[in-house]
Amino acid sequence: MIWNKEAECMSREDIEELQLKKLQKVVKRAYDNIPYYNKKYKELGIHPEDIQTLKDIEKLPFTTKDDLRESYPFGMFAVPSKEIIEVHSSSGTTGKPVVSGYTQKDIDSWGEIVARGLTMMGINDEDIIQNTHGYGLFTGGFGVHYGAHKIGAIVIPISTGQSRRQIEIMKDFGTTVMIFTPSYGMYLAELAKEEGISKEDINLKAIGFGAEMWTSEMREKIEDKFGAPAYNIYGLTELMGPGVAVECNSQNGLHISEDYFYPEIIDPKTGNTLPENTKGELVLTNLEREGMPLIRFRTKDITSINKDICKCNRTLARIERITGRSDDMIKVKGVAIFPSQIEKALLKINDVEPHYQIIVTRPHLMDEIEVKVEASEELFSDEVKEMINIKKKIEDYIENEIGIRVKVALVEPKSIPRSEGKAVRVIDKRNLH
Amino acid sequence: MKIKQLSIFLENKKGRLWKALDTLAIGNINIRALSIADTSDFGILRIIVQDPEIAKKLLEEKDFIVKVIDVVGVELEDTPGGLSGVLKVLNDNNINLEYIYAFTHEKTEKAILLLQAEDLDLLIRTLKDNNLTIVPPKEVYNL
Repeated sequence: MIWNKEAECMSREDIEELQLKKLQKVVKRAYDNIPYYNKKYKELGIHPEDIQTLKDIEKLPFTTKDDLRESYPFGMFAVPSKEIIEVHSSSGTTGKPVVSGYTQKDIDSWGEIVARGLTMMGINDEDIIQNTHGYGLFTGGFGVHYGAHKIGAIVIPISTGQSRRQIEIMKDFGTTVMIFTPSYGMYLAELAKEEGISKEDINLKAIGFGAEMWTSEMREKIEDKFGAPAYNIYGLTELMGPGVAVECNSQNGLHISEDYFYPEIIDPKTGNTLPENTKGELVLTNLEREGMPLIRFRTKDITSINKDICKCNRTLARIERITGRSDDMIKVKGVAIFPSQIEKALLKINDVEPHYQIIVTRPHLMDEIEVKVEASEELFSDEVKEMINIKKKIEDYIENEIGIRVKVALVEPKSIPRSEGKAVRVIDKRNLH
Repeated sequence: MKIKQLSIFLENKKGRLWKALDTLAIGNINIRALSIADTSDFGILRIIVQDPEIAKKLLEEKDFIVKVIDVVGVELEDTPGGLSGVLKVLNDNNINLEYIYAFTHEKTEKAILLLQAEDLDLLIRTLKDNNLTIVPPKEVYNL
């Protein structure tokens, strides 16, 4: 089934015509209402009327996470704050986080694009969706929540955690759809086994994956453990949230709702636009958004775009699953983390040198982060209990900054390799690419 | 009255203890007593050497973190019950030890106990009041 056949199966020509119309409108709105765009476009001598073809979008400068941070908190809103009905926030590269604002229409749009995605996954109003994505101040759980309302399915907003209860609810409520990050899914599968529950005891129809990178081996494993196909959900808070692109049952790329987002692939080094089916950084433009339309936002996610008509008959372009980042952001347990946040935490503690290295592993299905921190004479104590207290204190500061607990290992001075230019701050041993 | 002990931070990594001891060997520093506190993540090497300041300098040149820490040495009979006798005194006087290690003195056939407590002066006073022999630093350095 297709949720919105008209939008999802439009001819390429019609999509492009619609996109151009929407692009012209959104650029004008940004220029007229958002001081950031107004100033930037004026400086570059760009006028909204310069957009005559879709290709003209390349005349416009990129918007980055840092630009959003500078407008923290509400500086990028295109409407008066009385029209904003919801805000979300995601981690910033340094310092302040980034805020995303939504009007009623934006929340409806969000529901619409996720409704399309859930339908692609074969979900309808008879399903029971157990949503294990977090419902905190980041978009995690909300996309699926709004989409589920739109299609009329039952949504269980259980959020992450309470893992044994998750299993109990799956069984007792007869959950038909699980939404989780791949690593949390693996963990739940293991727990279910411990509780003596097999895939025959539950009745899953589909699984929605999101918020972290995964490999096809991992997908196969999860599909096997739960006895249901798993589909990829992509999104980012700045543009909307989860649901920007979703995989259909062909499991061959994620359909991007092109009437809501205009996708481009660029060379992250030169900024030049790359052709179809070429890997590069995904750049997205909000075509429909009222609250906070972003133009040419650099996602830093590495993927490619394919515009061939899909086996499912949808004409919406597909992006390949995300295979990397063009910056140093890492996703751990579904949470975006920048090494600079760890540095910031360390700088807040007396006697701690900001020489550190982040090691991400997945020793037993769940992600773990170890942060190696160089000890110093000032920090060193002759007593073990003092040293353990210092370690805990550093762990507390880092948790306060990034929101998840890490394990700190104190290492000897100068033992973390210094390199010219950019230091290797992150060693990811999870093998996700 | 207080003996200078070197405390060295050791990362829990293969070869680090050897590296520290090798540095001292090359510097011709003889170790009088040694103890290691270890956790799963790191260790603290505690040693008594003849010339703590020179040893500290040598280790720091090799990027070790070294602290000179005062400890107290007590002489005791190298016979069964020698150690527990000292500990009973401390226990009766409510003194909590941070750590303790011991070695035997070949020449005199006596054992020397090295003690660390939160209040070293109180520890020394208590030991003296109970007629225990405190070992002068020189005697330990020049064993």
